[in-house]
Amino acid sequence: MRLGFWQYRRVPDTPDIVDRKDVADRHDAVCVIGAGASGLAAIKNLREHGFEVDCYERETSVGGAWNWRHDRSPVYAGTHLISSRPLTEFPDFPMPDSWPDYPDHQRVLSYLERYSRHFNLESDVWFGTEVVSVVPVGDGRWDVTTQSTGGGSSRVQRYAGVVVANGHNWAPLKPKIPGEFSGQLIHSAKFKDPAQLRKRKVLVIGGGNTGCDIAVEAAQQASTVWHSTRRGYWYAPKYVLGHPADQVNDRMLKLGLPLRLRQWIYRRTLALTTGDLTRYGLPAPDHRPYESHPIVNSQLPYYLGHGRIQPVPDVTEFDGASAVLADGRRIEPELVITATGYRPRFEFLAPELLDIGENGRPDLHLHTFARQHPTLAVVGLVQADFGLFPLAHWQSVAVARWMRLRVTDPERATAVQQKESTRPIASWSRRRVVPTSRHWFEVDHADYLRAVEGLLREMEPSK
Amino acid sequence: MKSDLLRFADWTDPVPPAEREVVSITEETDAARPPLLFVPGLGHGAWAFAEHWLPAAAARGFAAHALTPRPGSDLRVQVHDVVQVAASLPRQTVLIGHGAGALVVAYAMGRYPAKAAVLAAPVMDGWPTLGAALRANPFGTLPAMVGGRLRLSRKQLFSPELPEERARELLGRIDARPRRELVTHDPAPRPVGGPPVLVVGSPDDRVVPRTSLDRTATRYGGAPLLFPGMGHDLMLDVAWAEPIEAVLDWLGKELKS
Ligand SMILES: Cc1cc2nc3c(=O)[nH]c(=O)nc-3n(C[C@H](O)[C@H](O)[C@H](O)COP(=O)(O)OP(=O)(O)OC[C@H]3O[C@@H](n4cnc5c(N)ncnc54)[C@H](O)[C@@H]3O)c2cc1C
Ligand SMILES: NC(=O)c1ccc[n+]([C@@H]2O[C@H](COP(=O)([O-])OP(=O)(O)OC[C@H]3O[C@@H](n4cnc5c(N)ncnc54)[C@H](OP(=O)(O)O)[C@@H]3O)[C@@H](O)[C@H]2O)c1
Repeated sequence: MRLGFWQYRRVPDTPDIVDRKDVADRHDAVCVIGAGASGLAAIKNLREHGFEVDCYERETSVGGAWNWRHDRSPVYAGTHLISSRPLTEFPDFPMPDSWPDYPDHQRVLSYLERYSRHFNLESDVWFGTEVVSVVPVGDGRWDVTTQSTGGGSSRVQRYAGVVVANGHNWAPLKPKIPGEFSGQLIHSAKFKDPAQLRKRKVLVIGGGNTGCDIAVEAAQQASTVWHSTRRGYWYAPKYVLGHPADQVNDRMLKLGLPLRLRQWIYRRTLALTTGDLTRYGLPAPDHRPYESHPIVNSQLPYYLGHGRIQPVPDVTEFDGASAVLADGRRIEPELVITATGYRPRFEFLAPELLDIGENGRPDLHLHTFARQHPTLAVVGLVQADFGLFPLAHWQSVAVARWMRLRVTDPERATAVQQKESTRPIASWSRRRVVPTSRHWFEVDHADYLRAVEGLLREMEPSK
Repeated sequence: MKSDLLRFADWTDPVPPAEREVVSITEETDAARPPLLFVPGLGHGAWAFAEHWLPAAAARGFAAHALTPRPGSDLRVQVHDVVQVAASLPRQTVLIGHGAGALVVAYAMGRYPAKAAVLAAPVMDGWPTLGAALRANPFGTLPAMVGGRLRLSRKQLFSPELPEERARELLGRIDARPRRELVTHDPAPRPVGGPPVLVVGSPDDRVVPRTSLDRTATRYGGAPLLFPGMGHDLMLDVAWAEPIEAVLDWLGKELKS
C-alpha cells in the first residue's frame, strides 16, 4: 500500500455524509484533477479569480511527470529540458536566472515544489485520492467521485466546475508488432536508469525525444545500439550560434518571418550545423520543418557519426530472438525499448463530454474547453515547440476567467461561450503536421498564445 | 496593443544573471507572515531600508528583505531582479517600493502575483515629477537631463527637523543617475492576481507632488495615506517610524481578511 501521511492531512469535514454515500455539495468550489504542473497552475489561477478549489491527486506529492518517484512518471535519470529555461518557466514565477539553460528533471521538480509551497497550493490538494468518475448533473454542475488509492471508501461531491489536469504522458502507447519476442521488451515508460542498458544489445524503437535520448544513452552504455524510426525527422541541436535553439527560433517569430522563410532558414541552419544525416543511413524527412513535434538532441548525430548508433527502419515482426526489419534484415537484440509515446486517457469521463472520437481524440476549443459543457475544461493537453508550463498557465487563466464570467455576467458569458465553443481548430491554427496521434495537440506557441489572448480580451472584466 | 502573453524580449534576449545584494532580517520572524521585499529608488540601496524599516518590520514578525538595484540597470532589468528575489523567497511576497523603486514594484506586479504591495512616495508619472524637481532643485536636476548626475537636495528628501550633519551624511551616500525612461516609460501594467495596494506619501514631499500621489492611489482604487511634514525619504526622515508602523498595521488588516 502506498499511503502518504499527506492523505491524513485533510479529512472529510462531514464524515456522516461519507458513510451515507450522499452527495456533499461544495457549492461554488471548482474541482481540479491532478497536481502536476498543469493542476498546480489551475489551482493558483482559479484561486486568484476568487474560486475555492479542491484538487485531487492520486500520488502522494506534487510534480506529476517530473516526479520520477511516481510509478507512472515517464521521466528517466538523464532527462533534461528540451525547451530552454526562459521558454519553460511559469510567466509569473521565474526559475532562478542562475540555473543552466536546460535544467535536469530534479531541478524541474524542485521548481514545481517551490511553486506549490510559495503559493501554498498544497493546502487545497487531497493526496492519495483518485478521481474515478465525473458526471454532469445539469445546470453546469458536476458530481465527482473520488477514491482513496489505499483502497478506502469512495465519496461523491458536487462542484460548480471541473478542471481536468491529468497529464497525457503516462499511459504508454505500445506498438502492435506481430510475432513473439524471446528477449526483453519494455516500453520507455519503464526505462529509468542507464544501468538497464549496460553491455547489452539494445534496439530502441521510436524517433521522438524519448527514443532519441535513450538511443544516445545506450550509445554510452550498451554493446550494440540499433535505433528504429519509421520516417526521417529534422534533428535540431540544442544550441544554434551559441544560443539555445528555441530562443533563436523565437527571434524569427519576433520578426514576424513567414513560415516558408522560417522553413528555409531552418533547413539552412541544420545543413550548416547537424549536416546531412542520410549519410549515416537515416531516411530523409518525409515532411517539412515545423511539421512534426521538434526533436532536440545534439548528441544523436554525434553518435551516429561514431557508428555507436546504427539507424534501422521500422520493425515489422518479431521472430524468437530476432526482430525483422522493413528492409528484410534480421537483428538480434537482447533488449527492445519501444519509445513510441503515450496516449491521453480520461477514464473518469464519458467520452462524449470531451467530444472524444472513435480514435480516442478529444475535440476541445483551444484544446481546452469542452464544447458542450462550459464548466468543464482540460489544462495541459497541448504540445508545442515551447515549454508546457506557460501554456498551462495561460490556459488556466482563461479557464478561470471563463468560469468567473459565468458568475459575474451570465449573459455575456453565454454569448462569449456560444460564439467560442463552436470555433474549429482551423480558425486559429493553420498548422500542418504529420498525421499521427502524437500530433493531435501540437500547436505553434505564438499562434496558440495569440488565440488564448484573443479569448482573454473578449472576457476582460467590464470597467 | 502590446501583448501580455507573447514575451519575445524574455524569450530571445533573457536578462543575464547577476549577483544581487539583498539585505535580510529573518531571525525570530513569524513563518506564517508573508516576507516583505523593500525596493529602493533612485540612488538608494538596500542600506536605506536597513537603517530603520527592516528592523521595524522584523520586530513585528515579518521576514524583511531589501534589494539593491544592479548598477546601471534599466527598468526591465530592475523588474527582473525584483521578481527573481520575490520568487526565491519561501512564500508569496509583499512588495514595498519607494520613489522610483515604487515604479519598479508597479511593473513587477504585472509579472508576479504579489501578496500585497505598498508604493511609498511613488515616482510613477514622470513628467509631473520632473516638473516638481525642476521647481524644487533646478541646478541639481538640469545636469541629469543631459545624462549627468542628479544632485538631490536636502529639502527634497528630508524635513527640516533632520539634523544637518545626518542629512549631509545621507546625501553623501546617494548616487542618483536617472535614466530617460523614468520619464518616458509606459503606464504600469495591471497587477496580476489582484493584490491589495497601499499608497503612502507626504503632502510636503518636494519630489512627488500631492496630485501625483492622489492619481497613483486612485489608479489602485484607494486614497493615499499621508504623513504631513515628512520629506521624500520616508524611511530615513526623523519620523520614519510612523509610515512603517502604519504600513504594517494595514498589512495586518489586509492579510486577515
Ligand atoms: C520524458 C519527458 C520529457 C519532457 N520534457 C519536457 C520539456 O523539456 N519541456 C516541457 O515543457 N515539457 C516536457 N515534457 C512534457 C511534460 O509532460 C510536461 O512538462 C508536464 O509535466 C505536464 O504536466 P501536467 O500537469 O499536464 O501532467 P502530469 O505531470 O502528468 O500531471 C498529471 C497529474 O495528474 C494526476 N492524475 C492523473 N489522473 C488522475 C486521477 N484520475 N485522479 C487523480 N489524479 C490524477 C497524476 O498522478 C499526475 O500527478 C516532457 C515529458 C516527458 C515524458
Ligand atoms: N525534455 C526531454 O528531454 C524530453 C524527452 C523525452 C520526451 N519529451 C517530450 O515528451 C513527449 C513524449 O515524447 P516521446 O518521445 O515519449 O513520444 P512521441 O513524441 O509520441 O514519439 C513517439 C515516436 O514513436 C513513433 N511511433 C509511434 N507509434 C509507432 C509504431 N506503432 N511503430 C513505430 N513507431 C511508432 C512516432 O513516430 P511518428 O513520427 O510516425 O509519429 C515517434 O517517432 C513529447 O512532448 C516530447 O517532446 C521531452
